[in-house]
Amino acid sequence: MPHDLNLAVLVSIGQHPKSGRARRAEQDARAVELGLKLVGERLELLHAGEAQQEVLRSYLGMGLKEMTLLEQPSAGDAVPALGRYLAQKRPDIVLTGVRAESGEASGMTPYLLGEALGWPVVTRIADIIKVENGEAEVLQALPRGQRRALKVRLPFVASVDLAAETPRQSAYGPGRRARIDNASVDAQQDQLRSQWQEAPARKRPKRLKVAKAKTAADRFKAATAKSQASGGQVLQNESAQEQAQALFKLLVEEGVLR
Amino acid sequence: MSDLIRRDPRQEWIARNRLHPQHAELIAPAAETRGPSGLIRRNPHAVGFIGPNGIKRIDRLAGNGPQLGQRRGGAKAAAEVQLPLITVVTPDFYVVAVMDMVGGRLTGHDKDVLGQAHKLVRESDGEGAVVAVVFGESKEEAFDKAGVDRLIHLEGEAYAGYSPEARLTALSVIESQLKPRYWLFPDSINGGNELGCRLAAKLGERPATQAWQVDSSTAVCRGGSQRIDITRDTPRLLLLAEECADPIDETRHEVLPIELDTMPGTLVRIEDRGQVAVDPNQIPLAEAEFILSAGNGIHDWDQFHKAAEVLGATEGASRVAVDDGFMPRFRQVGATGTWVTARVYVAVGISGAIQHLQGIGQCDKVVAINTDAGCDMVKRADLSLIGDSQEILAELIQLVEQHRQGGAEDAA
Ligand SMILES: Cc1cc2nc3c(=O)[nH]c(=O)nc-3n(C[C@H](O)[C@H](O)[C@H](O)COP(=O)(O)OP(=O)(O)OC[C@H]3O[C@@H](n4cnc5c(N)ncnc54)[C@H](O)[C@@H]3O)c2cc1C
Repeated sequence: MPHDLNLAVLVSIGQHPKSGRARRAEQDARAVELGLKLVGERLELLHAGEAQQEVLRSYLGMGLKEMTLLEQPSAGDAVPALGRYLAQKRPDIVLTGVRAESGEASGMTPYLLGEALGWPVVTRIADIIKVENGEAEVLQALPRGQRRALKVRLPFVASVDLAAETPRQSAYGPGRRARIDNASVDAQQDQLRSQWQEAPARKRPKRLKVAKAKTAADRFKAATAKSQASGGQVLQNESAQEQAQALFKLLVEEGVLR
Repeated sequence: MSDLIRRDPRQEWIARNRLHPQHAELIAPAAETRGPSGLIRRNPHAVGFIGPNGIKRIDRLAGNGPQLGQRRGGAKAAAEVQLPLITVVTPDFYVVAVMDMVGGRLTGHDKDVLGQAHKLVRESDGEGAVVAVVFGESKEEAFDKAGVDRLIHLEGEAYAGYSPEARLTALSVIESQLKPRYWLFPDSINGGNELGCRLAAKLGERPATQAWQVDSSTAVCRGGSQRIDITRDTPRLLLLAEECADPIDETRHEVLPIELDTMPGTLVRIEDRGQVAVDPNQIPLAEAEFILSAGNGIHDWDQFHKAAEVLGATEGASRVAVDDGFMPRFRQVGATGTWVTARVYVAVGISGAIQHLQGIGQCDKVVAINTDAGCDMVKRADLSLIGDSQEILAELIQLVEQHRQGGAEDAA
């Protein structure tokens, strides 16, 4: 790792999915963990929002002495303030979560920052393996537990997936003693959002299986019939070798054999 | 003739008396008669016919059942109904839906998004066409039945693997060429969310994310941690949740290809270094893409584990294999085990009890290796190999090892 690597992690106020209590956001905490692994204490922690947030201390309790707070009302739009601050500071890597745990949770923050700064955006990373010659080797988390290796030019924005290493525990005392620096910004109102209506989530109706049968007999069959031979290919008299060949062909066609 | 209705008591008496020798003659033709008051009267005793074994048969299928006396092939062809073809000749506007295409096929989520696209077209005035954008190789054959009026298929080196920058360029070209009224993406982890967010950031649109109830005026979206619903005006760019609308299933569409203008070059700053090998047994069973599952028909367990390793498949098991202590409990597939979602599920020596079949309901391709051609797993499977599992696995291991070595030699 180069010694002068600058890394900023954007953290938000999380929310427990059941109780709704404010907490350390899971993905953001993983981003902090990854940052700590890469640059240790030199990591710059950044939050745009209200000042009185005890939750921020739980990020600091992971082993950091200070963080920067861009103070603005919590309903405001965080992206312009963050964009301006980052354009001025120019870190090499900006880490964020994939989606916030409260509010709109659109997951647009990394993309908007990338667009504003003109940097590439890498999504859902699980790890940063090394940073060398102005390039980073990144491991991206794919669905179904797969991983993909990527190479990105610095500087870039990356969102950290839940597949990244689990965050360390937060120590209460050091978190209390850490310093929160206020950087003043001119807060921007989120005009559009103030026109939206928010309500507790309604239960979504389950999709019913509609039998489109024309007659009672067909409907009865649709409701009770066991799965029938649906034209699947059966190889009965072929030799074991031919059968294995057929299976092999299917596996290659489906692209599961790597 | 007068229109006085005359009754014939003798005829009525015969009609009432089922034992009368003339009863059948009198009753048979008249299933529907005009009654004394002029109303149509149906005689339930008169319907149906006497079957070959002398028992009365009533055909309640009203001609919808399979026709007797026809050849089987003919009956099958008749059963496959031609859905009506919907054509859009000169569309007034376009609704563009970008597809995930996991494994080269439309996912259920993709089809929901296409259904939503048609819903938006129906609600707008003017004639609109639904355009599906597909990147990379496609194995899908039923675009027409999924509701694709126009298809933009972008294939080639530039779009292979992880290529968000090239794909974004293509979407920008589509934006300037078609000026779509709506952009729809599946809000999924298979790339739809990412591409949608990238395009939204580029166009400066504020997207609706996790939208699950959308019409042309308002969209209802799930907020953070699935705890709130946000009701807002429908924006131009929507990231749709699963089951946002019903998929198209009663019409066929044209699937006309659209040619794009020449692509500008893309500055590629993210380079794809390919997928990294992960230990398949570290992947949670419910998420695994390729499962080799063992049942009571496995006798050589070392060989089975070797096969799974060579194939790079995650191991699964039926309950019997677990109960007998050959596999750990967390490998059990089925009603009381894990419900798996694999794209390819190979069941070796598993009979296919209903409790097991429930667990593999969401699998795409099922392969059965079994000695019994009549078992339920063979009925469910897309490919069944009837024979001894030990022999077939041995051949398969050999084939794959040859393939691997051949690949290595080619690479060298
Ligand atoms: C409440 C309840 C819950 C259950 N939940 C589950 C569950 O979650 N998951 C589950 O799997 N089961 C479950 N079961 C058990 C289930 O009903 C079946 O008993 C079980 O799935 C059968 O497992 P099997 O197919 O491996 O064994 P068997 O039924 O014994 O089938 C073995 C198959 O192997 C074939 N075979 C034999 N020798 C060879 C050979 N040399 N080569 C190739 N094929 C060969 C045979 O033809 C046969 O088809 C449950 C049962 C109950 C009552």
